[in-house]
Amino acid sequence: MKAAKVILEALKREGVDTIFGFPGGVLLPLYDALYDSDINHILVRHEQGAGHAADGYARASGKVGVCLATSGPGATNLVTPIANAYMDSVPMVAITGQVSRHLIGLDSFQEADVTGITLPIVKHSYLVKDALDLPRIIREAFYIASTGRPGPVVIDIPVDVTKEDMDFDPAVLPDMDLPGYRPTVKGHPKQIKEAARVIAGAERPVIYAGGGVIAAGASDELRELALYGHIPVVTTLTGKGCFPEDHDLSMGMVGMHGTPYANHAMSRSDLILAVGVRFDDRVTGKLEAFAPEARFVHIDVDPAEISKNVAVDVPIVGDARRVLAALLVEVRKLDLSPDRHLQWMHQVEAWKRDHPLVIRESADGEIMPEFAVNKIWEVTRGEAVVCTEVGQHQMWAAQHYLSRYPRRFLSSGGLGTMGFGFPAAIGAQVACPDALVVDIAGDGSFQMTLQELATAVQYGLPVKVCIINNQYLGMVRQWQELFWQQRYSHSCIECQPDFVKLAEAYGAVGLRATRPDELEEVLRVGLASDRPTVIDIRVKREANVYPMIPSGGTVHDMMERE
Amino acid sequence: MKHTLSVLVENKPGVLTRVAGLFARRGFNIDSLAVAETENPAVSRMTITVDEQDQPVEQVTKQLHKLINVIKISDLDPAGSVERELLLIKVRADAQSRSEIMQIVEIFRAKIVDVSSEVLLVEMTGTREKVGAFMDLIGPFGVVELMRTGRIAMSRGKRPT
Repeated sequence: MKAAKVILEALKREGVDTIFGFPGGVLLPLYDALYDSDINHILVRHEQGAGHAADGYARASGKVGVCLATSGPGATNLVTPIANAYMDSVPMVAITGQVSRHLIGLDSFQEADVTGITLPIVKHSYLVKDALDLPRIIREAFYIASTGRPGPVVIDIPVDVTKEDMDFDPAVLPDMDLPGYRPTVKGHPKQIKEAARVIAGAERPVIYAGGGVIAAGASDELRELALYGHIPVVTTLTGKGCFPEDHDLSMGMVGMHGTPYANHAMSRSDLILAVGVRFDDRVTGKLEAFAPEARFVHIDVDPAEISKNVAVDVPIVGDARRVLAALLVEVRKLDLSPDRHLQWMHQVEAWKRDHPLVIRESADGEIMPEFAVNKIWEVTRGEAVVCTEVGQHQMWAAQHYLSRYPRRFLSSGGLGTMGFGFPAAIGAQVACPDALVVDIAGDGSFQMTLQELATAVQYGLPVKVCIINNQYLGMVRQWQELFWQQRYSHSCIECQPDFVKLAEAYGAVGLRATRPDELEEVLRVGLASDRPTVIDIRVKREANVYPMIPSGGTVHDMMERE
Repeated sequence: MKHTLSVLVENKPGVLTRVAGLFARRGFNIDSLAVAETENPAVSRMTITVDEQDQPVEQVTKQLHKLINVIKISDLDPAGSVERELLLIKVRADAQSRSEIMQIVEIFRAKIVDVSSEVLLVEMTGTREKVGAFMDLIGPFGVVELMRTGRIAMSRGKRPT
């Protein structure tokens, strides 16, 4: 069998049904094999789209996303998506073509040192030197990408390797050779007991939950623990949906643009139970002043996250689902009284009542951006798979599109990649063909990857793009207004395409809403369409995202509104 | 305080780059580094010395552990281990100074490995401190060239490092 075909067979053995890719010279043997394969290949219009689509596919499905790009520029175009997947711990296998083995290192045509370039942004990488290694390497790559703390793995394959003939029997699993890779999944029983004891003794507990809960599939266990212990839950951006945000115990998102009550609760808590989070600076603000009265229990599968930024009192390394299940057993043994911290719950309620998130309705007939997001939530009844780009609209979406389920709010958290949302939505739509997938976009971000409209149209993927269009790079503008003396240096992008005509030019549906009273109807029509649809929502141009805790600040620096 | 990390890694292409790249990316400093194959050709040993002052050693070891090719890391306790560096030094030696240098070489149990009319090439091994003391004494005669390796270290007793 040709090695190119072996690659596809080995991918199928790992459960791969879809590849997002773009061909090129060194990939010709592999694409020739794809021609006869039953693997679904989605041809993107730029390799960055392939990477983010694989990312969105992985986040929405929990499976490993696979993207494919040719050598040199094709592979370097994957660098951003790989870094994005690395920062948000998304399982991905990126396959890149490489020049023939005898041409490596000679500055050959379309040669780039891809394993070198991606070294700091991968969980692991391979440069295949021998076709016979392919079955083992592909098996290892999927195992590494999907276990422990998930992440991207790069497999760089020289073209001459893919042309070799070799034996391959899909029924024979190759042995993995990973002497240094043994993720800890089971938490230490003594630590779990200690955590239960600390929880039982806490007067002002808060659960701080992140993307790790979703990655581990631990939402049910988390909810049970929160309900049993009557513990309020704040989530990170990537943790949205790991606990139902319409539940009484939900405090919404924490951090720079988090809810006032989430941030107040963290700052006054005496026990923070952190699960699958990494104490990112967008959450903690000024580290020395972060949750000054709290002790910390930290559950994470990655030991390097324990006490990286914040010193932890009870560290538990392990898979969040297994640890939370074991913790629940221990906590139940202590028979917690539901009203043991009534005063704290009253305080939490008071914060929620006195400092709610506000949905402003503009007096001058303009659409307020959070009003638009709220309308999208209403019209979709909160049931859509939501992707976002990066910027103001992302924060409005995080605040006002309440998520009830895991894997239904997909956003670029760590890297903050503009242009992520639309291709990610394409990947999510492939993973969930029957779901309504909505990319809540900014006009700036959408212009970074909008060429994928052609992809959505070609494959009949009815992704909906709702552009919260203020004709600004809004978050940049907001910072310039607040911290740079209103010197709006290069943040105004009034020169932009007519998004309605643009959508139509691609063969998609284009709609526009400019007044609050027409928004709902436009959304109803657009979101019901069975074709890819772009809805250009013109919003009040200078609206800012509030609340906001300035970078490096504390809850006391919070600006609640204009 | 200096820590000596003995790191067992898979002997594969690119592993040194991964380790060095990790140090660079996380802003960690390497004081010295020695790498070579072990008794098992599939496995290499890296001995890395780092300064606790520059970075928390716990973070360094945890981050190193995340590299797939890293098999085992030991943070060696100075009292429970033997550490060595190797020094090669080319020192000026005329008829008058030659015997004095040879005396110092003898005291430190170093070795003269090459002699010419104007210079002696001396080889010595020892702890970092001993190598330093030797250099202090021999330096005034006039150092033409000096090379020293990174530290290697092995735990005492039966247990492997």
